[in-house]
Amino acid sequence: MIEVKNLSKAFDKGKVKAVDGVSFTARDGEITGLLGPNGAGKTTTLRMLYTLMNPDHGQVLVDGIDATVDPLAVRRRLGVLPDARGLYKRLTAGENIDYFARLHGIPATQLKTRREALVDALEMREILDRRTEGFSQGQRVKTAIARALVHDPRNVILDEPTNGLDVMATRGLRAFMRKLRDEGRCVLFSSHIMQEVAMLCDRIVVIAAGRVVADESPDALRRQTGEANLEDAFVRIIGSAEGLAA
Amino acid sequence: MNTSLIVFWKELRENLRDRRTLANALLVGPLIGPIMFVMIINLSLNREFSKAEAPLEIPVIGAEHAPNLVAALEQMGLVPQPPVADPIRTVQEQDADAVLRIPAGFAEAWEKGEPAQVEIFYDSSQRDAHTPVNRVRTMIEQYSRQRGMMRLIARGLSPSLVQAVTLDARDQSTPQSRAGLIFGMLPYFFVLTIFIGGMYLAIDLTAGERERQSLEPLFANPVARWRILLGKLGAICAFSLASLIICIVAFAFAGQFLPADKLGMNFDLGLRFGVLALLLMLPLVVMLAALQTLVAAFAKSYREAQTYLSILMFVPALPAVALSVVPVKVQTWMYAVPLLAQQVGLSEALRGARVGAPEVALCLASGFALALVVTVVTALVYRSERLAISA
Repeated sequence: MIEVKNLSKAFDKGKVKAVDGVSFTARDGEITGLLGPNGAGKTTTLRMLYTLMNPDHGQVLVDGIDATVDPLAVRRRLGVLPDARGLYKRLTAGENIDYFARLHGIPATQLKTRREALVDALEMREILDRRTEGFSQGQRVKTAIARALVHDPRNVILDEPTNGLDVMATRGLRAFMRKLRDEGRCVLFSSHIMQEVAMLCDRIVVIAAGRVVADESPDALRRQTGEANLEDAFVRIIGSAEGLAA
Repeated sequence: MNTSLIVFWKELRENLRDRRTLANALLVGPLIGPIMFVMIINLSLNREFSKAEAPLEIPVIGAEHAPNLVAALEQMGLVPQPPVADPIRTVQEQDADAVLRIPAGFAEAWEKGEPAQVEIFYDSSQRDAHTPVNRVRTMIEQYSRQRGMMRLIARGLSPSLVQAVTLDARDQSTPQSRAGLIFGMLPYFFVLTIFIGGMYLAIDLTAGERERQSLEPLFANPVARWRILLGKLGAICAFSLASLIICIVAFAFAGQFLPADKLGMNFDLGLRFGVLALLLMLPLVVMLAALQTLVAAFAKSYREAQTYLSILMFVPALPAVALSVVPVKVQTWMYAVPLLAQQVGLSEALRGARVGAPEVALCLASGFALALVVTVVTALVYRSERLAISA
């Protein structure tokens, strides 16, 4: 479970408030979607969750552990697909995965079974022994997800996971995320594509200009705004259609 | 397994697969120094020697005014060339290194027993002219002295009367110490090798990783950043150390191709020197790896890091240049200044002087202390939020 309490972060010596008092909870066995237009503060919020950045104010709790008190323990409980998902080009996909597994301190025997399970789930058997140079976008995302989840984390954070993927790869990824949820994990992902969020999420947290403007189930969101169409509901909540893709 | 070691092995394996890094670290970096060195020394020595031994071909104007002088010069190795119309232009345009002119009044002055004048035209800004001009000067002085003595003897006086003081030069330089003068730049070549050997890795492992967006996922792992840094530094050190060892071996090999016999010098670039060089350079391997990483961490991009490091490359040359311009007596405190210590220590060793254990210890202690400071500063920079953010 990931709990975010009153999180704030400013850049340029306080001039630009990227995240301004964000609070929400992502529960185990649920997919939580962080929806917002470009520049709303989604990536900055997630970066504070996986302790790449320190919040100016507020608190992040992962399975009850405070991220500023014990960042290493928090990172151990998280599987992260960051916005930046560069692979090591001169290593094979398998070596990329193994590197992160070793950094997590996973024993060799466990590493093998865990990697096999991910390779099957992500259908990436044929690219496993190829160097990642020249991989397609989809192959790269698969490899990045596999290495992020190789330590079998309870909580999964995915920053715009379907960005740049084709239809087939996107469908595969959605199925994979549902599988993670059904295994009882806490899945938190960000997106600016509302249909995707509506289709996948048990809970939607809408962020605009660094603030949470809605935190509901998709159905509740429609009821609250009085709009039958989800797209109109979002536009009404955010106040403008800017940066939202259908 | 220790996480720093995991990072170390991964970086090593990844970069051993990169031809460009390999070529730079193991070929260009270590070999450019020895090759340049042998070429420069051979070229300059051969020129000096050929000038000193070859027949001296110099245009002589007015040879008919002093046939005896010209005959004597010819005996001493001068080969008179046909006269030229404009001696000033001839030397300025480097058609000849020097031109000798014997004025018409030579014979008349000679007969009267007055100093007879001979003119030599040359351009002292032409390096090539030094040897021939000095040779001509020596020849004429020798002829002048001989004739002067004969005149004294003819008048019944002892030639030693005109020699009030004699000066005996007793050069205390040993063959090694003369070699040391030439080899003043050698320690810098070692520093340069370490620098080039580690440079591509240092840029790649920090600025490069960030640019390729793999630093952020790496930092999402439950590993303290300083441990990651240590692994990366280790990989850089491994490359620059390999580079240094190749360079030292290459220099030992290159020593065989230097015209030691012509120089009348010995240089000991053998095992003893190699081991000492390796030992003295060790702290620099660590320090430069940390320094390069620090610079690469500040740079916004791979290209920017490359620019900064190319400039930084010339900083280690300062002690070598300073010492060759202002020769100073070697003092113990110099071993406490990293870079200067290596320069001084290796120059001493090349001169054949002993570098004692206390000096080596001081050099290592000061070097590793500075390396530690730079490493700690780099670790602090590695903790900054900005470091990991690619976009």
